[in-house]
Amino acid sequence: MSEEQIRNLEKQFEERIARDEKIEPKDWMPEKYRQTHIRQMSQHAHSEVVGMLPEGNWITRAPSLRRKVALLAKVQDEAGHGLYLYSATETLGITREEMYEQLHTGKAKYSSIFNYPTVTWADMGAIGWLVDGAAIINQVPLCSTSFGPYARAMVRVCKEESFHQRQGYEIMIKLANGTPEQKEMAQDALNRWWWPSLMMLGPTDAESVHTEQSMKWKLKRKSNDELRQQFIDQTVPQADLIGLTIPDADLKWNEERGSYDFGEIDWDEFWQVVKGHGPMNKERMKARVGAWERGEWVRDAAMAHAEKKAERKEKEAV
Amino acid sequence: MSTKQWPLWEVFVRSKNGLEHRHFGSLHAADADMALENARDVYTRRNEGVSIWVVESKNITASNPEHNGEMFEPAKDKVYRHPTFYELPDEVKYM
Ligand SMILES: [Fe+2]
Ligand SMILES: [Fe+2]
Repeated sequence: MSEEQIRNLEKQFEERIARDEKIEPKDWMPEKYRQTHIRQMSQHAHSEVVGMLPEGNWITRAPSLRRKVALLAKVQDEAGHGLYLYSATETLGITREEMYEQLHTGKAKYSSIFNYPTVTWADMGAIGWLVDGAAIINQVPLCSTSFGPYARAMVRVCKEESFHQRQGYEIMIKLANGTPEQKEMAQDALNRWWWPSLMMLGPTDAESVHTEQSMKWKLKRKSNDELRQQFIDQTVPQADLIGLTIPDADLKWNEERGSYDFGEIDWDEFWQVVKGHGPMNKERMKARVGAWERGEWVRDAAMAHAEKKAERKEKEAV
Repeated sequence: MSTKQWPLWEVFVRSKNGLEHRHFGSLHAADADMALENARDVYTRRNEGVSIWVVESKNITASNPEHNGEMFEPAKDKVYRHPTFYELPDEVKYM
């Protein structure tokens, strides 16, 4: 194809997206669109999968059967989210093995939030409430993104997320209304998860590199700072309601803006964690790679069994 | 490293009787039985279905969107396939 032809195709392609048409896997697409989507969607899938680890840590120690089935169901949902997203990404021509390889070798990133430890039961509350809360804010706009398989996967994901947030907030309500020690535990979890949750919505607009292109392709509809403000404005009243205090001395309602002003985010910490120096980066990858390697004989056995069964069937047919 | 990867399957789910099976997504599984079980766990955790089909992806032949012209254009100028093509006097009822 000549450069002229490619430019033409690109123009038609951008126009289709502007008209709100969906792009499907077999449609022509610019290479950059394909690569950007492979990167973002696979990282999204990795985040769902690695995100099971901090919560998986507490399943066996949930304080009641009710909490245990809920947490188990939530973690299972996250596995499902990972699977929807991996298979949607595969439609772009990358294999599942390549994606795992990128995750396991550290070439692909996943959400930094999962590199923090879950040290008390209250962390299950804080994660559901804040981390899934922030994830919902990130994900809802993706339900109408331009790449069909991604949009469809996100519709399913978003439907399931609201239970995640509610079960987390319910844990916080219970603890906040419990003994002084329980309330303190809830407050401590909020103190530790608040700032990392704000960071989850991404670097400030001034530092964000991909925004303009992402807006065009509907991978983004609002800027990181707008999303962050939305998260803060909706979460602060929820903390007030259960008598917990947001750990930010500068947090203040701004009448004029109709929004909360908030304190400085420690972006050094964010970049440290992104670069692999968070408290749990090594631990998470060790757990993930270990699970993959220890499962190898099971995957091989299943394949061998399937082949044997197929052979037997063939013989019987003769 | 495993020598063989589990093949890819496409999953179709009927959400309730009376509706058609609809494409829900895909997954990897060693064989058809496992694909069905995985499809149940991945795509119907909240009663989304009453029936599941799985088809190994390699068995699907898809039309090529680049040939959409030859493929679908011929139907475009056949307006006589639609009831509105036919002119009837206003007095005619129930037609
Ligand atoms: Fe999720
Ligand atoms: Fe979630």
